[in-house]
Amino acid sequence: MYKNDIYEIRSNEPLTATVWRMVLAGDTQWITAPGQFVNIALEGRYLRRPISVCDWDAGTLTLIYKVVGDGTEQMSRMRPGEHLDLLTGLGNGFRTAVDTQRPLLVGGGVGVPPLYNLARQLLAQGRKVTVVLGFNTADEIFYADEFRALGAEVLVATADGSCGTRGFVTDVLTQCRPDYDYFYACGPLPMLRALCEATPVSGQLSFEERMGCGFGGCMGCSCKTKYGNKRICKEGPVLEKEEIIW
Amino acid sequence: MVEVDTSVNLSGLHLDNPVIPASGTFGYGNEYKDFYDINILGSFSFKGTTREPRFGNPTPRIAECTEGMINAVGLQNPGIDAVIAEELPRLRTFFHKPVIANISGFSIEEYAYCCERIDKEEQVGIIEVNVSCPNVRHGGMSFGTSPEAAAEVTRAVKAVTTKPVYIKLSPNVTDIVAIARACEEAGADGICLINTLLGMRIDVRRRKPVIANVMGGFSGAAVFPVAVRMVYQVSKACSVPVMGCGGVRSARDVIEMMMAGATAVQVGAENLRNPYASKQIVEALPVEMERLGIERLSDIIGIVG
Repeated sequence: MYKNDIYEIRSNEPLTATVWRMVLAGDTQWITAPGQFVNIALEGRYLRRPISVCDWDAGTLTLIYKVVGDGTEQMSRMRPGEHLDLLTGLGNGFRTAVDTQRPLLVGGGVGVPPLYNLARQLLAQGRKVTVVLGFNTADEIFYADEFRALGAEVLVATADGSCGTRGFVTDVLTQCRPDYDYFYACGPLPMLRALCEATPVSGQLSFEERMGCGFGGCMGCSCKTKYGNKRICKEGPVLEKEEIIW
Repeated sequence: MVEVDTSVNLSGLHLDNPVIPASGTFGYGNEYKDFYDINILGSFSFKGTTREPRFGNPTPRIAECTEGMINAVGLQNPGIDAVIAEELPRLRTFFHKPVIANISGFSIEEYAYCCERIDKEEQVGIIEVNVSCPNVRHGGMSFGTSPEAAAEVTRAVKAVTTKPVYIKLSPNVTDIVAIARACEEAGADGICLINTLLGMRIDVRRRKPVIANVMGGFSGAAVFPVAVRMVYQVSKACSVPVMGCGGVRSARDVIEMMMAGATAVQVGAENLRNPYASKQIVEALPVEMERLGIERLSDIIGIVG
């Protein structure tokens, strides 16, 4: 089920030059899994903006978003006390009920946020969590400390080598050889594909696609899988490694 | 408050109200039943259905516009067999009114085949023949842009069904009236208009079209005046009922389109930005009618001369 409601902005602040964190207060009962997303109506914009949920509790949810266009730029100008119309509980999200003791969480850029609550849940279930975060430069890094504070081991890659391993998240796998038996990933398509080719283990990947509605009504974000056509917004955004057609 | 009457009669079909979510924005009803009880609707028009299952066009298929959107879905649907075997039985469990079957095709034979199959489905109250999809080549819109081709599809479909047949027309034509008249003369029981307007957006940073298929169908609030104008022209020129469609987002828009000549009114893109839109319009209709001094909604159909 979904919830459409009005949420109050508690805070809205930059984490890097282009990435912002917004905390909203309101009903979160329809958010049931990490990796789900909300769809945000913005004044003067025809379509909603889908943003993945970074974290939530009984009365607040945290969104981390990158300013990439007019809509997200408009979001970054909003102040605490202002209100937003959200659809919540969208998408399938990550499954944590899988047979893994040592999950690896791999995030690239603005793909990092949905892994935060996932890490929290996996750690609470007693799993040993390793997080690999990929960014272009050291300036763009966010949430590495937050993941560490949860109790996860954190490995960072930067494309220019300004922090951690030089290169991509897959270079972290070959150079640091983290110990893992399953993976979860969210990030740009080339990263997801390279990761799937680099790792022998099974996993779940969260995909991005331009959406119309966000709840399965328009068929705007369909993709083909080995198990048939799926809508990224409805049967996704998380797909199993085994079903993906690259 | 005076008891107002929102009901309309569409080719013998009694609708509690004229509000009908438009094809392509409402799936087969299933996605919306998680938001509200869709029995509040007059009816709804299900996703354009073809003989074979179709994946549709590559993504991205959606582009945002000022007060509207472009889609190039390309008739993604599970095919007529799956619609009859799976979608309609499921629909029956939560929707207890006649549904409008939107049928698309790539040949006269395909239109006729699908309509003949769907004719046997009890819950289908009206067949809406889509000759106006702008997102597929060699089909869809090509049948809706010439009076002869539109009439030929109409005759082929009428020959295989006893259900009322509405032809859904494209606005991407020079003379909408000539095409509507050709459909009426070929036996159409009604006309539905408008489908989307052919449009295009460019991502100026990437210097490429936003939509993978380059062009797509523009819909949303911005097209409302075009839709009202075409509903007006066609309803004045034809004697069969018109289902108005295009940019409707409020009860007041429904009333305006009915005054232009529509017997029922479809709500499209608005459902995608606000999943409760059609329900809210149904609920607002009596209030708006009272405000405008309308006791019986059917009285205002085509009242603007």
